[in-house]
Amino acid sequence: MTNITNTVPATNQKLKEAYFTASQGQLIWQRFKQNKSALAGAWVLIILILSGIFSPFLTPYDASIAGRDKDYLNGAPQVPSFCDDNGCSLRPFIYSYERTRSFKTNFRWVTEEKTDLEDRRYLTFFSKGMEYTFLGIKFDRHLYGVDEGQIHIFGTDSTGKDIFSRTLTAVNTSMAVGTIGVLIAFFLALVIGGISGYYGGKIDSVLQMVTDTVRTIPNIPLFMALAAFVPDTWSSEERFFFISLVLGLIGWTTLARRIRTHLLSERNQEYVLAAQLCGASPHHVIRRHLLPSFTSYIIVDLVISFPYMILSETALSFIGLGLKDPVNSLGVMLQNVTSADVLLNYQWYFIPVIFFIVLVLAFVFVGDGLRDAADPYADTNK
Amino acid sequence: MTRLLDVENLTLDFDTDEGRITAVDDVSFSLEAGEIMGLVGESGSGKSVTAKALMKLNASNAIYGQNTKISLNLADGPVDIMSLRTAQELQIVRGGAISMIFQEPMASFAPAITIGAQMVEQLLIHTSMSALKAQEVSIEMLNRVGISDASTRFKQYAFELSGGMRQRAMIAMALSTNPKLLIADEPTTALDVTIQAQVIDLMKDLVKDFGMGIVFITHDLGVIAQTADTVAVMYLGRVVEKGPVRQVIGNPSHPYTQGLIKALPRLDDLDSPLTPIPGDIPSPLERPNGCVFNTRCSQFLGSQCSGEIPKFTPISHDHMVACHIYQQDQKGT
Amino acid sequence: MKRDTLISANNVSVHYPINGGKLLGPKPVVRAVENVTLNITKGSFFGLVGESGSGKTTLGRAMLKAAPITNGIVNFNDGEVNYSLSNMSSKELKDYRTRSQLIFQDPYAALSPRMTVRDIIAEPLEIMKLTSSREETDRRVREIAAKCRLNLEHLRRFPHAFSGGQRQRISIARALVSEPKFVVADESVAALDVSIQADVLNLLKEIQQEMGLTFLFISHDLSVVAHICDHVAVMYFGRLVETAPTRELFNNPCHPYTKALLSAIPSLDPDAKNLAQKLEGEIPSPTNPPPGCKFQTRCPHAIDICRRDEPQLESVGVEHNVACHRWQELM
Repeated sequence: MTNITNTVPATNQKLKEAYFTASQGQLIWQRFKQNKSALAGAWVLIILILSGIFSPFLTPYDASIAGRDKDYLNGAPQVPSFCDDNGCSLRPFIYSYERTRSFKTNFRWVTEEKTDLEDRRYLTFFSKGMEYTFLGIKFDRHLYGVDEGQIHIFGTDSTGKDIFSRTLTAVNTSMAVGTIGVLIAFFLALVIGGISGYYGGKIDSVLQMVTDTVRTIPNIPLFMALAAFVPDTWSSEERFFFISLVLGLIGWTTLARRIRTHLLSERNQEYVLAAQLCGASPHHVIRRHLLPSFTSYIIVDLVISFPYMILSETALSFIGLGLKDPVNSLGVMLQNVTSADVLLNYQWYFIPVIFFIVLVLAFVFVGDGLRDAADPYADTNK
Repeated sequence: MTRLLDVENLTLDFDTDEGRITAVDDVSFSLEAGEIMGLVGESGSGKSVTAKALMKLNASNAIYGQNTKISLNLADGPVDIMSLRTAQELQIVRGGAISMIFQEPMASFAPAITIGAQMVEQLLIHTSMSALKAQEVSIEMLNRVGISDASTRFKQYAFELSGGMRQRAMIAMALSTNPKLLIADEPTTALDVTIQAQVIDLMKDLVKDFGMGIVFITHDLGVIAQTADTVAVMYLGRVVEKGPVRQVIGNPSHPYTQGLIKALPRLDDLDSPLTPIPGDIPSPLERPNGCVFNTRCSQFLGSQCSGEIPKFTPISHDHMVACHIYQQDQKGT
Repeated sequence: MKRDTLISANNVSVHYPINGGKLLGPKPVVRAVENVTLNITKGSFFGLVGESGSGKTTLGRAMLKAAPITNGIVNFNDGEVNYSLSNMSSKELKDYRTRSQLIFQDPYAALSPRMTVRDIIAEPLEIMKLTSSREETDRRVREIAAKCRLNLEHLRRFPHAFSGGQRQRISIARALVSEPKFVVADESVAALDVSIQADVLNLLKEIQQEMGLTFLFISHDLSVVAHICDHVAVMYFGRLVETAPTRELFNNPCHPYTKALLSAIPSLDPDAKNLAQKLEGEIPSPTNPPPGCKFQTRCPHAIDICRRDEPQLESVGVEHNVACHRWQELM
């Protein structure tokens, strides 16, 4: 008489059942959640992206010339405080200032803060400020402002533009360039790598030669040539799209290779043969078996390509071959930092760099976490 | 015959993402020099893990039990395997006094190096021979295992040899350092049955000539019957029956052993139906309490089987079985 | 073709071209299957036995039109249709796929890890459009799953939740859901533990009788074949060396290879002396085999004629054929 003992309590059973019926996506998410640094990276990423999207609201001033503060060129950051010698207050405040420059100071602006009680300028929240358009609707509320004058928590640059505003819009711009570039690259990689991997043989050889050719195109000379070719009459938006397009057109090769390799091995799997023995069309095989098998890799590759796109754009703009004013990006903001003047006196110009380091690192952590979680079936074979 | 290997209370747990898995639970056996011992079990029985434990080859998340003691009696004194910690210390044992051959010979030869080079490398690590002498010894060993034209084969790569020859070459490599103990992990499973017969004969010859002990792991009872002197049957990490091959196979006492033998298709009785063992093997995360086999046992006795781990009862002088049925009989008489 | 033969192979060869060889002149080929003739009766369990390199898998696939047929004719006749596999229109091929299926060897590789068991079993029905509604598909999936003794609650699970034996049963359910007439089981129990193997074999036998299927059972394990098959064909190096009803083959093997194969099986009796002929030597090179009988390199009885002429199948008894020059002397 056989005896089937059930030594497992009910909650355990539910967990096991959940594990057994979990789809690939759910398994990946489970593994991803366990990776603390990846989760932290994901949060940082979300915050930064949202900040970029909502930058017109989060920042008090327009990031272009229109929003500049003529009275505070190259000004140091004004950090709000709660307390000072004159007592504390519930509302944060900054000091008003007086600027002088003369022969004595080498024609450099010297800022003197007036620390009397009546010279305090209090911060206001949800204050009215300059108008901006968001999703087609005009708003004029900003997250914070100051009751008199202007506030620059990251300081200003040589034309008086608020660096904080510029930073957030730069994040937005870089993300946009990255997104467009990655999407174009992804689409090309999918088509070319897919055809190459699925059909193999001669088609594969030809497409591989094309891939190799594109890979060997040197980037800097290419962009120099393009920079010379782009007419000055193009608007900044046109330039923006052009740069994104070109980055995408030369960035698809690595992903295409990966897709091809994966397809070449996947199409020889026995379950693919089983489907073909039922007369499955290539379309069915691709949709039902091949695509789901590398979705996780694709997502990983997409996430990891982002920082490369962003850094490429930064480098290009920095050396003048990419975007220009008034479009804001990190590269554009760094165009002015190469003089000794700035390095010695206006160190706050580098604050955006920290933002970008954090952004890139967040992408890398998330990408690594995804890649570690990506193949839940790697070790389920006996 | 001297006692070559003593394994006492070998317990091995693995710390995995899914929890702590007990792979081997209180396994004890011993081996004499010149003896072939078979470790039989199906997948999940823990036989491979047991074999690898003899050389501490298991993964780094392996946790050995407190009372585990493995001692290897060499000419210059016993070696306590559990006390060897660093790779340096273990190197004396691995490949030197103990050698191992695997199921997939293609996996144990590096594909880009010739067989000869790998054999010589092994000898140079474990002995103080010169490279020239090592080459001589290797070619002689290849000859000894029945590979014709050994000096040509010495310079060939693994993929140039057929499956049977590769397995022989692996045996040659394993034996070139004159080990006292050979661990064979499913060496014939991947081979055709005609080649398997040759390799089994070869191993029996070598044991006679070299006087070493072999721990032969397999799931194939027929191979064990032809090759081994003693056998231990494992299920879910425990030894359920052990003893001389004739007795265990001729008079299987444990319900699992009986089930295994009944499930085998026999050539001498084509009419008998194939009787599988009912149920499925439990996952190692859910090892049953008491006797590990109780969930599938056709002779289940009741709460005793599901509550108490049976101890070994002797059926005859050296034939032991771990089953409450026999414990009861013992108590009864 | 006999009236109750379901599928027959007549002088079938499958050759694969390989790279290399001279620029001009004949391209080298691997003769995976060479000149094989056999008939499989409707409703039978036909065993195809051989070791590695024997071509048994290739032959099985050729009979499913999953491997190219270089020469010869494979004929399929189940009473409703009559196809010659080498020249079928694509419509006929599509129909043939509904009548023939394959069960794979490796239960871990044969199931897509990203599909639920229900979807895996339902896939043939969906591809071949055999059902008109989701309810009908579900019903048929549940029916076949129950026949294969799968727990119906487990249909929502993914393959990673199952053991080897259960996965093989899922594989079998997938092959049978379209109710084919002819099923090729390619080493379907080789990767399973002994006790699970017995279970799966019993299941196959049960289903065969219940559904009236014809099986081609490919295996390297003669003892398994002995218990489950009615008729056995032994292949060596792409050629058919002997074919006979099971009992006859095991009681009266005629080909030296069959005899060696039978005696090489390790017996459970430690005292059984292997009266066998132990085979020495190696199998010939697949690209450059010697002329004559391909078994000559290992046959203890090879003589001159064996090295010159390739033996043809001769009749030994009722449905018992052997391809050996010396079978009569060696009996």
